[in-house]
Amino acid sequence: MTNLRRRDVLTGTALVLLEGSVARGAVVAGHLPWEAAPERAAPPPQPGHWVFFTAAEGPMVEALAERMIPPDPHTPGGKDAGCAVFIDRQLAGPYGSNEGWYNRPPFRKGIKQQGPQSPTTPAELYRQGLPALEHYCRAHYGGKGWMDLSAAQQDAVLHGLEDGSAMLEGIDGKTLFEAVLKDVQQGFFADPIYGGNRDMCAWKMIGFPGARYDYRDWVGRHNERYPYPPVSIAGRPDWNPKGG
Amino acid sequence: MALRLPPKDAVIIGLGWTGSILANELTDAGLDVVAIERGPWRSAATDYPPNRAQDELRYRIRHGLFLQPDQTTFTFRNKMAETALPIRNWGAFMPPNGVGGGGVHWNAETWRFLPSDFVLRTHLTQRYGARFLPADMTIQDWGVTYPELEPHFDQFEYLCGTSGTAGNLMGQIQPGGNPFEGPRSRPYPNPAQQQPFSHTLFAAGARKLGYKPFPQPSGNMSQAYTNPLGVRLGPCTYCGFCEWFGCGNYSKASPQTTVLPVLVRKSNFTARDQCEVTRINLDGSGKHATGVTYVDAAGKEWEQPAELVILAAYTIFNVQLLLLSGIGTPYDPVANKGVVGRNFTHQTISDVVSFFDKSKFIFNPFIASGAIGMCIDEFNGDNFDHGPHGFVGGGYMGQVQTNGRPIETTPVPPGTPRWGGQWKQAVRDNYQSTLVPGTGVHGSMYSYRDVYLDLDPTYRDRFGRPLVRITMDFHPNELKQNAFLTDRFAEIFQAMGAQQVEKQYRKAPYDITDYQTTHLCGGAVMGTDPGTSAINRYLQSWDVPNLFIMGASAFPQNAGYNPTGTLAALAYWSAAAIRTRYLKSPGPLMHA
Repeated sequence: MTNLRRRDVLTGTALVLLEGSVARGAVVAGHLPWEAAPERAAPPPQPGHWVFFTAAEGPMVEALAERMIPPDPHTPGGKDAGCAVFIDRQLAGPYGSNEGWYNRPPFRKGIKQQGPQSPTTPAELYRQGLPALEHYCRAHYGGKGWMDLSAAQQDAVLHGLEDGSAMLEGIDGKTLFEAVLKDVQQGFFADPIYGGNRDMCAWKMIGFPGARYDYRDWVGRHNERYPYPPVSIAGRPDWNPKGG
Repeated sequence: MALRLPPKDAVIIGLGWTGSILANELTDAGLDVVAIERGPWRSAATDYPPNRAQDELRYRIRHGLFLQPDQTTFTFRNKMAETALPIRNWGAFMPPNGVGGGGVHWNAETWRFLPSDFVLRTHLTQRYGARFLPADMTIQDWGVTYPELEPHFDQFEYLCGTSGTAGNLMGQIQPGGNPFEGPRSRPYPNPAQQQPFSHTLFAAGARKLGYKPFPQPSGNMSQAYTNPLGVRLGPCTYCGFCEWFGCGNYSKASPQTTVLPVLVRKSNFTARDQCEVTRINLDGSGKHATGVTYVDAAGKEWEQPAELVILAAYTIFNVQLLLLSGIGTPYDPVANKGVVGRNFTHQTISDVVSFFDKSKFIFNPFIASGAIGMCIDEFNGDNFDHGPHGFVGGGYMGQVQTNGRPIETTPVPPGTPRWGGQWKQAVRDNYQSTLVPGTGVHGSMYSYRDVYLDLDPTYRDRFGRPLVRITMDFHPNELKQNAFLTDRFAEIFQAMGAQQVEKQYRKAPYDITDYQTTHLCGGAVMGTDPGTSAINRYLQSWDVPNLFIMGASAFPQNAGYNPTGTLAALAYWSAAAIRTRYLKSPGPLMHA
């Protein structure tokens, strides 16, 4: 289908919907006909449909997230919370390319308190770092790749990257580790509209009510647990009609 | 070649707090005014409405409302002998951008500096002797006094609807307020905000130690308010997304919620957004500004002639425009001569994280506002005898519950692994029972001979102009001050019954990646001696009398408070001098 024809079809559909809603009216019962900030709320990300990661990279990052935030009986781990989906979408967007940063040369090595001075973007760091991690695992664990290691072995690799004892080829392992840890934790706690914190699981874990907005009745209620469940920018699943 | 626009009476560079105040005052005086703003127009109702403003990733982590460094940035080094490198992504401070400036995303902590702060060198020399001050400390008096500024502090607080409890009404100390504040002519326009649980505990702990705690003066509304311009603000809902964020609820004082709605209706006011002023133009004498040159969003260059130029950008950008326009003598730290770039300062901030028994304490840290705090002022300025301590300066300290946003605020006890099951459990266990003051110890930074601004020899902005170079490090005086204050602060949390208290002292070297505050000050300071100040006590350029320079760049050194109340009072003070004296007889308001 050409772009032109596709646009015709979309426009036609929109017209039909508009006319339909006018003609039919709406039956509202049992729920508010509610739509959250429609211009912001992205469609719920589908696991496995990677935007930035390759089919090999995505599961590796899921496994990294699962060790950094392991599942427990109350709260899912980093994988099921969607942290890798979050990182995938972030790397495909402005964050992945350091958009908005001062990216002019010369790039010189500075001292720590001068801040990051590398031209390497987060997207490049993951693209180069994940194969280097895979290579490291195969070299040190009898040919087994990252995905084939036990949880204890994966933890050992992560500790090695964190303390600098695990040296990757062509890339600084600690830099990779710090980036992944930061991104995984941000994905865990950010609003679910970004693909992580699925079902607001991280917010439920700590009791953060999210994008609720009015605590005037609660500011004076001291040492009492706030009783209401969290709300995302995109609302709550139970605000939407069944099957909607 | 720049296209020349019809002349205006006044051009204002930057439409933040001071630009908005000056625009309103000068249009009231009948002048035809244009304001030129580098960033976009921002409107509370449409740019950050309450149904999507509460996005920690977008605004706090990805800096959604701030200047982007690719537009312009600075270079940084600690010492003069080092090579400065560019700040590629913001860290220690967050330069604002767009209409409203920092007033869009500030906490709204609305303080008045102490009377002694304005006569600092005189005061400290009289009390302790000149030899008590470090030899390379370049602090000086402001040339303006607290009694002169009092009516203008009052003007700003009533514009904003500041919520607070007066501590000194015309010399009478008031119960529940800050007993150290300068005398105020009338109470705050609104009562203090309601205090969450942790604040009441902090007040009790502070009282137990003999201090006099008081609610932080806040530009978050404790109740609905209509300001003297007729603009209405709504009550704050304690949503916990204030600092770093815009308030779409009209509950935080900002130019958008206090003055712009009136200003934009005036026929003698125009604003141009997404236009960056690149130069203040001078005539052949070099002593008279003819207007400004700016570049619009399409890259087109324009010249805006004007009789009066008001420079009202952020601290460093004020200094940059002076340096690039050849106004004033650039500061030379070796010869100790020149004024533009001199006496540059920041702040000396530290915090204390306190862990309480989770079976007994539920703090609900997300019930918060940007300036909801319980503070003490016993260790600010010269409110205590520095003689035994061997340093000068100080700061307020307080439990200021600004947020429970979980990317930023999920504290775990020292020694907890940074990831894995133990980390996750510690996050779960401590979120509700740990206090992380959004503002902890808010210490002063005094000025030094080797802390300054100049132009970088290597790095340039998108127009090819040199970036400003920051040379800054902490000096022993500030580190001693911070150690002393942080210890006092921690004692209060211990008195509140904390099980574990983690003191996060401020340490050298100064680190450009470690956020303190956005309170950069100095570089074009005010005074009564053109040998040590760029502007006179009315904020008028000594060199170009039809140029007035607003903002914290005028501060000769930084005090132990947030700067907005004071820089806004200075803006009103300067505007009054322009209206009552300068416009009648344009020329220098002071002679050296």
